Amino acid sequence: MKKTSKELMARASILLTEIKSLAQSPFTIMEVCGTHTVAIAKNALRELLPSTVRLVSGPGCPVCVTASGDIDRYLYLAAQKNVLTATFGDMIRVPGTEKNLQELRAEGADIRVVYSTQDALELARQNPNKEVVFLGIGFETTVPTVAVSLEIAKREGIKNYSVLSMHKVVPPVLKLLAEDNELVVDAFLDPGHVCSIIGIEPIKFMAQDYGKPGVVTGFEALDILEGIVMLLRQRAEGRSDIEIQYHRVAKPEGNPQAKMFIERVFEPVDAYWRGIGLIRQSGLGIREEYRLWDAVQKFSLPVFDSRETPGCRCGDVLRGIIYPTQCPLFGKHCTPMKPVGPCMVSTEGSCAAYHRYAQRSVD
Amino acid sequence: MERIMLAHGSGGRLSHELILNLFQKHLGNPYLNQMNDAALVPGREQIAVTTDSFVVSPLFFRGGDIGKLAICGTVNDLAVSGAIPKFITLALILEEGLLMEDLERIIKSIAETAAEAGIVIISGDTKVVERGSADKVFINTTGIGYITNRLVGPEQIRPGDEILITGTIGDHGIAILSEREGLEFQTPVLSDCAPLNKLIDTFYLPGVKCMRDPTRGGVATTLNELAQQAGVSMLLKEEFLPLSPSVESACEMLGLDPLYLANEGKALVIVRPEVAEEVLMKMQAHPLGQNATRIGQVQEGKSGLVLLETFLGGKRIVGMLEGEHLPRIC
Repeated sequence: MKKTSKELMARASILLTEIKSLAQSPFTIMEVCGTHTVAIAKNALRELLPSTVRLVSGPGCPVCVTASGDIDRYLYLAAQKNVLTATFGDMIRVPGTEKNLQELRAEGADIRVVYSTQDALELARQNPNKEVVFLGIGFETTVPTVAVSLEIAKREGIKNYSVLSMHKVVPPVLKLLAEDNELVVDAFLDPGHVCSIIGIEPIKFMAQDYGKPGVVTGFEALDILEGIVMLLRQRAEGRSDIEIQYHRVAKPEGNPQAKMFIERVFEPVDAYWRGIGLIRQSGLGIREEYRLWDAVQKFSLPVFDSRETPGCRCGDVLRGIIYPTQCPLFGKHCTPMKPVGPCMVSTEGSCAAYHRYAQRSVD
Repeated sequence: MERIMLAHGSGGRLSHELILNLFQKHLGNPYLNQMNDAALVPGREQIAVTTDSFVVSPLFFRGGDIGKLAICGTVNDLAVSGAIPKFITLALILEEGLLMEDLERIIKSIAETAAEAGIVIISGDTKVVERGSADKVFINTTGIGYITNRLVGPEQIRPGDEILITGTIGDHGIAILSEREGLEFQTPVLSDCAPLNKLIDTFYLPGVKCMRDPTRGGVATTLNELAQQAGVSMLLKEEFLPLSPSVESACEMLGLDPLYLANEGKALVIVRPEVAEEVLMKMQAHPLGQNATRIGQVQEGKSGLVLLETFLGGKRIVGMLEGEHLPRIC
């Protein structure tokens, strides 16, 4: 059916040949973004790579790194009378200490899955007697649209709309990884969509100060193979740069307009990353000018404890220290239907990706 | 604008008029026109029976509506079991306030689809519930089919058999999702909703071993069930999976896997390798089977394991659908 599959295969075989010839000694690459993790598993890329090239997953699934205290906090809010929670679908099954959004919904809480912040704003317009709260989760990729929704709410005076911002930014966690002694990563496949917003300037320090080259990579199988080739070439040439493979979307300067929206509405705050801990200036809080639309201020939300689940090694998975299959809970106590840790919940979580595509031995 | 009122379900004059002026008008036939508490129909010693309920939202979508879906779903369950669908009962649960013209549209669509499939509606029931107690229209159907000498079922499946599908996958799932969420694609995706019994009549021959319609849970979930029941493994080839360009790009955009999307007018057909070519040609000669293709093979190996060979030659597991099928968030 697909006319291009022959060309794809031919191109892939060229790239794989180059990878094999360049990877004479071990080379560990971290794919930062959850979408990369899924694409790698879905296309069974590990199976095609020589054993010298090791791919480990990073902290780039926004659901996965959301602190359990943040989860309990939005569950507390969603259970309040008169609150209508608008959320992206991935959050529905994320387990809090006691329950998840799906269970709250069955108990009568008003929880709606939306596909954009525009849908959430529309819900606020249609339900003037309800407090519509949008759960803001995601990296730089999704933040601009949230910022725009807050600007519209302010401009139009939509008073029953607010955002609970749990947004995070990528560069600080990359720095933390680069400084982590336990971590043995030679190079990074950098997130294509995040960098299409922020550009490469904010992550250049990885290559320049820490000697960790990176390639901003797209999400097709061929993109990823090409990203790997570009990293291996850097090693062969003794270089350490941040390069772009994903030219069709990511520009070196990023998207200035999207960055402007983020800066107008949000400001950097310290944030707790599940499994990793507190990272300074790694979160985005809503600026004072928009406090009326900040759910934390509006509902005077209490702070919840961020406890890690005993036995759950999501933290080590998120830092690429162990493979998901090396966690003792994996596939036994922790499955996509009954997830213990966050990496199993989100479809982009590395544990879920391993469980779905490669858990059982493929023989 | 005329609407359904609670009184339409009271059993009184309004109920009577609704039956006469809408249901009998469009669906009437000698069995239904008996107007008794039960219809007397010609029977056999052994029959195939299936029941199904339909609660789709929105009621009308590109390529179909809840009425068409109800008839197709029931006809297809009978047809893939090797039976000849003959009769269907129709029970409607209506929400107070439903527009009469919407109901009429649905009933007309039921009549058209029943005629296309060559089945007869022999009995029905209507209940009206208060506003908010149901979502516009729920439909329950029971289908009755005559058993044939078609010997089909997962117990027939053996390693070496070929896996065929009668056309593109995922169309219904994307059609509903785009309608529900107001997503517009350049070429709108139509639901594939269609009765498959005539198509199956044209391609069936001894050597067709098992048929299933991959509805909720999609091709992946159906094949997992079959592989488990038959105690075999299956290998699909990604390059063979038939996808319409719109479904393919919608899946890419939304992060959905077409193997898990619902189909309402497709059959997975497992056949002896020697007859695969002939069955395929017969499928492709029918308008509902134009895009029929071979997608994989039954293999020896771990029972219940379904694998997919990707474009690039790697193999990955195709598991059952877990939980809801949700789009990604970034």
